[in-house]
Amino acid sequence: MEILSNLIMGFGVAVSLQNVLYCLLGCVLGTLIGVLPGIGPLVTISMLLPITFNLPPIPALIMLAGIYYGSQYGGSTTAILVNLPGETSSVVTCLDGYQMARQGRAGPALAIAAIGSFVAGCFGVLLIALFGPIIAEWAFEFGAAEYFALMFFALVCASVLAHGELVKALGMVVLGLLIGLVGTDVNSGLARFSFGLPQLTDGIGFTVIAVGMFAVSEIVMNVEKKEAREVFTSKVGSLMPSLQDLRQSAAPILRGTLLGAFFGTLPGTGPSISAFSAYMLEKKIAKDPSKFGKGAIQGVASPEAANNAATQTSFIPTLTLGIPGSATMALMLGALTIQGIAPGPQVMTSKPDLFWGLIASMWIGNLMLLVLNLPMVGVWVKLLKVPYRWLFPSIIMFCCVGNYSLNNSPMDLYVCAVVGFLGYILVKLECEPAPLMLGFVLGPLMEENLRRALLISRGDPTVFFTRPISLTFMVLACVVLIMMVTPAMRRKRTQVYQEAG
Amino acid sequence: MKIPLESNKDFLAGMVFIVIAVTALIASKDFAMGTTLRMGPGYFPRVLGIILLLFGIVIALRGLRLPQRVEGGWGWKPLLFVLASMVAFAFLMERVGLVPSIIVMFFIAAAAGHEFRWLEVTVLAVLMSAFAVGVFIYGLGLPYRLIVGLD
Repeated sequence: MEILSNLIMGFGVAVSLQNVLYCLLGCVLGTLIGVLPGIGPLVTISMLLPITFNLPPIPALIMLAGIYYGSQYGGSTTAILVNLPGETSSVVTCLDGYQMARQGRAGPALAIAAIGSFVAGCFGVLLIALFGPIIAEWAFEFGAAEYFALMFFALVCASVLAHGELVKALGMVVLGLLIGLVGTDVNSGLARFSFGLPQLTDGIGFTVIAVGMFAVSEIVMNVEKKEAREVFTSKVGSLMPSLQDLRQSAAPILRGTLLGAFFGTLPGTGPSISAFSAYMLEKKIAKDPSKFGKGAIQGVASPEAANNAATQTSFIPTLTLGIPGSATMALMLGALTIQGIAPGPQVMTSKPDLFWGLIASMWIGNLMLLVLNLPMVGVWVKLLKVPYRWLFPSIIMFCCVGNYSLNNSPMDLYVCAVVGFLGYILVKLECEPAPLMLGFVLGPLMEENLRRALLISRGDPTVFFTRPISLTFMVLACVVLIMMVTPAMRRKRTQVYQEAG
Repeated sequence: MKIPLESNKDFLAGMVFIVIAVTALIASKDFAMGTTLRMGPGYFPRVLGIILLLFGIVIALRGLRLPQRVEGGWGWKPLLFVLASMVAFAFLMERVGLVPSIIVMFFIAAAAGHEFRWLEVTVLAVLMSAFAVGVFIYGLGLPYRLIVGLD
């Protein structure tokens, strides 16, 4: 019963006053951000990351994780009450959730969303605790070739599943890899792409890239649009779902949880895809599919469970392999690195308090969110009335002070402005920044492992195809790529994104 | 309908990639290439540069074949103000301290929006700089001067 003793140790870490407070802070911030449309978890995490570097590693990670899963809870509130997805992952919740609200059943919709998320969150946490150590054990057998192949696979998946066109996503990955090379080469000591600026020889900080790529473009895109936010101010009504509601949602919640938990572990797939697939599944197996889109409670329960399960399980590859599957996880990984923790399977053995403490805090956080979201829903709805013109300068302020505080140097912000300029142009041309972020974080790791693998194999590039694990990842990556190039699959992919909005 | 090159979405995206790829290739021309066995510092950047160049060409060509317009026009004005507010903050920090830097940043940033209400921006700037002092200076203990000359 090693897991049990580990979990007990984890709870011991997580229930310390300091950690509970940071967990609560993360959950509150996450809900806040989730509720407010126009501020996504990526922007928030990139904005608050530099600030968390002033905290010890465990509370920093606990708080960042809280922001991430908290935003999934908050996103559903906006989806149900305002018909606006607070987060991209709650797009599908709008479909039936808003209809339920219009029928005066906003309360049960909110309650089912929260209960579904909670069940899924608990299950996700359990999965991490069960499978995390097994995967980490397995990952100890990974050599440089395996790591390179795994990262290659992760990047291919991330581009295939990104919004927009495949070539552009692949281009963004390569661009991210290139930007990741800025700075001193570890092997030769040569400063690459520093353009004569001594500050660039240490490389570009990943919060600089994150703020520039995500925050600047998102703010400018939002400011461009005229503000048109209608708040659905009708009464939320009784929160209690009826017995029938509960009975109808139980199975969809379980199915959504399983689906989300599975998708969460795959690279490139995140909460959004999980929620969408869960909705499609419910619609397909329902006895009366015509009810969907008209306030079917199953259409709220399953996607909400799925997106939260995926949020939790996406921590598995990040924490056990050190390979992030999404841009948000790339930021988490960056947070670990800046805290001086080398990500990878050794985290679990060298920093068990961090790993198990984080897991335990996620469970506590999910419980807090249930309490935060249900009785306090009125408070969150009021927040929707805060105009964006007050919000965005405040976001910029946090970005500025945070990035400045990293090195106390104005250079970071100058670089950030340049990245922001480029980021806005790319986003406007419909090149998604998420694959770039992933490439940026994985770039130096990939180069190092590529070099090492080839050095060990004495320059023989077949090393990636002769070792079984490496071969598997390479073949999977190629299969995924080829599938996407075939016209039938390409059409399907476009169709899926159109339906998902 | 004819779409001019300067608003052809994919053509422009391809061009951005091509320009960056060429810059990277030129910047890495002096790095030692090395062999596959002992890769020099130039190997990986050059391979990436070439791949990016190829992607850029493919995207640009597709833009020419199936032109699509950039959606919603360009928001240069908000972009400019947002970036300027960040640069101004960075430039002023060492010179005048945290509080004036934040206030200047707020006024420039707020000018990015559709509406600019003096009173509202002033109140917001004062409140948020007080909040920032509380969080960053007293909460996190960052070693910045509040107002140069007054503290």
